[in-house]
Amino acid sequence: MKFLRMKPGHGEILLTEGDIEVAGDEERLVAAFREQLELGMWAAVPTAAGGGRRAAQMVRSFEDVPRDAERVIFFPRAAGGR
Amino acid sequence: MLLALSATAIVIVALLWEVAWPLASEQLERHRARRRMIPVSGYDPGRERRAEQRARELLRSCVDEDDWNMYRDLGFLRVWGGLAEGPDRGAARGGLSGAPYAYLVYPHKPIVCYLPQTGRLLNEYCVEFPDETRPYGSARLPDSDDVLAKWMALTGDERRLIGTANMHLPGRQVDPRQVRRDLWRLSQWERSQMRRRATAAQ
Repeated sequence: MKFLRMKPGHGEILLTEGDIEVAGDEERLVAAFREQLELGMWAAVPTAAGGGRRAAQMVRSFEDVPRDAERVIFFPRAAGGR
Repeated sequence: MLLALSATAIVIVALLWEVAWPLASEQLERHRARRRMIPVSGYDPGRERRAEQRARELLRSCVDEDDWNMYRDLGFLRVWGGLAEGPDRGAARGGLSGAPYAYLVYPHKPIVCYLPQTGRLLNEYCVEFPDETRPYGSARLPDSDDVLAKWMALTGDERRLIGTANMHLPGRQVDPRQVRRDLWRLSQWERSQMRRRATAAQ
């Protein structure tokens, strides 16, 4: 599983990656996930929705992340624009 | 005599001062300006271009092939709305409840909601994804990252995104003529895609 983060002036960066089935990796992923949420990020997992259409699943905690997800994308939380 | 010469000298000095002071002042300002430390803005067009290229690849890897082609060819994405009561924050306005609606997602512009059957524009939703860490001096994501963030938030939790956005009537920021032109371009593009598929199937 890869954690990617959108970044101004750079595009996405790889925050961390690991095998969720390996205890040490999972702990690292959980810590990284919490850190991003504390920084004010939103997290989404790209998925294939019903009918084969692609969509995204917004996740608010690490437990919400599907175990078979290949990547979680973090991006700055939305704010009302002008 | 001495008094007259002194008075004349004073007048001459005063006149010269009047003439010379603006020039001297300007020269002094120029000198200061040349020596002033000018803060260099962090904008680097090469870096921004590379960032946008990465963002396009990420967007491409997340959305359907048709959606990617739409964005590549037209510069925006259409995302179908999924709220049963319509897009207007739960209030079924003008009998829109249940009517299919969609959003046009532009980079760094408000999301435009419309009714595909009639082309009627419903609302503009102004939303941003500012990264306050400002890694290169700007809080603004690359264009395609902005589109991807909107797409993920709309397909993943439409109600939350629409609830966060500032809602306005159509035309506040995005010219309705431009939107109608884009909807026409979208219909033409879809026809060409269908023709291409039909030709490929034969």
